[in-house]
Amino acid sequence: MSSSFSIIVGPQHPALKEPESFKFTVDGENVVKAEVRIGYAHKGIEKLAETKNYIQNIPLMERICGICNVAHTICYCQNVEYLYEKEIPRRAEYIRVVIEELNRIHSHLLWIGVLGHEVGFDTLFMYLWRDREVVMDLIELLTGNRVSTALMTIGGVRRDITSEIAQKLRKGMDILEERTRYYKKVVTDERSLLQRAVGVGRLTPAEAIKHSAVGPTLRASGIRSDVRSDDPYAAHDEIPFNVITHGSCDMFGRVVVRVDETIEAINQVRYCLDQMPDGPIRTRLPNTPPRGESVSRVEAPRGEDIHYVKSNGTDKPERYKVRAPTLGNLSALVEMLTSKEDYQVHIADIPVVLAGIDPCMCCMDRTARFVEPSREKEWIWTWEQLKKYTERM
Amino acid sequence: MGLVNWARRKSPWLVHFNTGGCNACDIEVLAALMPRYDLERFGAILKGSPRHADVLVVTGPVNMQNRDRIIRIYEQMPSPKFVVSVGNCCNSSGVYRGAYNVYPGLDSVIPVDAYVYGCPPKPEAIIHGVAALLSKIKEAGQPPKETTQEVTA
Repeated sequence: MSSSFSIIVGPQHPALKEPESFKFTVDGENVVKAEVRIGYAHKGIEKLAETKNYIQNIPLMERICGICNVAHTICYCQNVEYLYEKEIPRRAEYIRVVIEELNRIHSHLLWIGVLGHEVGFDTLFMYLWRDREVVMDLIELLTGNRVSTALMTIGGVRRDITSEIAQKLRKGMDILEERTRYYKKVVTDERSLLQRAVGVGRLTPAEAIKHSAVGPTLRASGIRSDVRSDDPYAAHDEIPFNVITHGSCDMFGRVVVRVDETIEAINQVRYCLDQMPDGPIRTRLPNTPPRGESVSRVEAPRGEDIHYVKSNGTDKPERYKVRAPTLGNLSALVEMLTSKEDYQVHIADIPVVLAGIDPCMCCMDRTARFVEPSREKEWIWTWEQLKKYTERM
Repeated sequence: MGLVNWARRKSPWLVHFNTGGCNACDIEVLAALMPRYDLERFGAILKGSPRHADVLVVTGPVNMQNRDRIIRIYEQMPSPKFVVSVGNCCNSSGVYRGAYNVYPGLDSVIPVDAYVYGCPPKPEAIIHGVAALLSKIKEAGQPPKETTQEVTA
C-alpha cells in the first residue's frame, strides 16, 4: 500500500503570480495526481460586454488580459469588422502586426525571465527584465502606454508609425536581436537551466492533441500549428515567417520555441517597417453593425485565441464569448503533472512545469454551462437574478 | 519607538496579492522591483508569506471568490500593517464596474493606506505610492487607522 497525501497550493502562494488553486496528490516525492481549481479570476466580462456598445467594449476587451492585450483587441476588432464585411486599410493591418509582434517579444522575454526565476536562476530573470525594458520603451513610444496599448479600433488603428518612430523601432530591434541571440546561447548551454528543463514536463504529440494544447506548448511537442500561417489574419498573409517547432516534448523545447519565436517576431517587425504601404490608417464604420454572428482567431503569445460575437442589429452585442489559450493548455498541464510508469514528476518540478504553459488565468476564467437535455429544470441565471446577486454585496 | 519606526521605514517588506486582475498591474509591480526601477533601494523586498510582510500590495478588482482570501491574508499580517492599492480597478473597480462578480473597490473590503492610479500605473507611480506610504509612516510614527492618502500618478 502506498501512502499518499494531498498538498493544496494557492490561491495565494509565492510560486503563483495569480490567484488559482491546485491540489496535488503526492506519494513520497512523486506527484501522482493534479487537480486545478479555477474561478478565482472570474469577473463577468462576457456579461458586462452585453451592456456596453461596440466602441466601449474595446477597452474592456483590452483588459481581459494585460500581457496579451494586443491579441485580444485585434481579435475583437477583427470580429466586429467581419460583421460589417468591410476590408480595413492595408497600412492599418501592417501596424497591427507590428504592435502584435512587439507584444509577443515582450511576453516571451518576460516568460523566459520568470522561468529563470522558477528554476532558481535569478540572474537570468534580472537580465531579461532589464532588456525587456527596451521593447517596453518602444511600445510606449508607439502607443503612449507601456502595457495597455489602446491602439486598436474598429476599422483600423488609432496611431500611425512615423518615420522617426520607425527609425527608433529598427534600432531597438537590433539591440533586441543581439540580446535574444545571447539568451539563446545561455538557455541552450547553461547547465543549471538544462538540468531543470530537459525531460521535465513531458507532453507527447498524441497527448498534446488529445488535450487540445495550443501555442508554444503544442509546437514544443513537434506539431506545426500556428494561426498566423494556417489561417492568416491582418497582414500575416504577406509577411514571411517560420513556424518554430521543437521535437523534445519537454520544458527545454518550450524555452527554445519561445526564444526562436522572439527572433522571428523581431524579423517580422523589420519586414513590416520596410514593406509598409502608404495610405489611411482607419476607415470609418457606422456604430451599429448589421445583424449576424462571426468568429475570429488570433495567435496570442500563449496560443490560439478565439472570439465569438452575435449581433442583433443594435449597438450592443447580444452575446460575446472569449476562449483564451490557457484554457486549452490547462488540461495538458494536468497531464504533464501526472506521474506515469516511465515518467516521474517530482514536487520540485511543479513550479517549472506550471510556468511552462505560461499560464494566464485572468484570460481564461470564463464560465461555461453544459446543458443536459434530460434535466427539466435548468440552473441558468437571468440578468435580473445576477443583478440581485450583485446587490447583496 | 524612534528606533522601531526607523527600522520599519527602512525595510518595508511587501507581499503581493492579485485579487483577480488582468496581470498588467502585476507585471508593472514586478518591473518596479527589477533593475531599472529598483524598488529595493528603499529596502523593499517581495516576500512569499503575509506573516513576514509589513505592506500588502493588492492589484486587480476584488471579486467574490477572493474577498474572503484577501481578508484572511490581511488578518494574517502582523501589526502595524499597511495596504497599497495598485491600479484603477483595485481602487474603484475601474473598467469592470457593473460586472456581477466584482466589488466596488478594495476599500469596501479592507482599510487602504495608499492608492496608486493608472491602468496600469507606470512603475514610477508604484514607487511614488510606496515612497508616499513611507513618508506617511515617518510622519505618523504610528499608522493612523482611519485616514487615507491619495497618490496621483
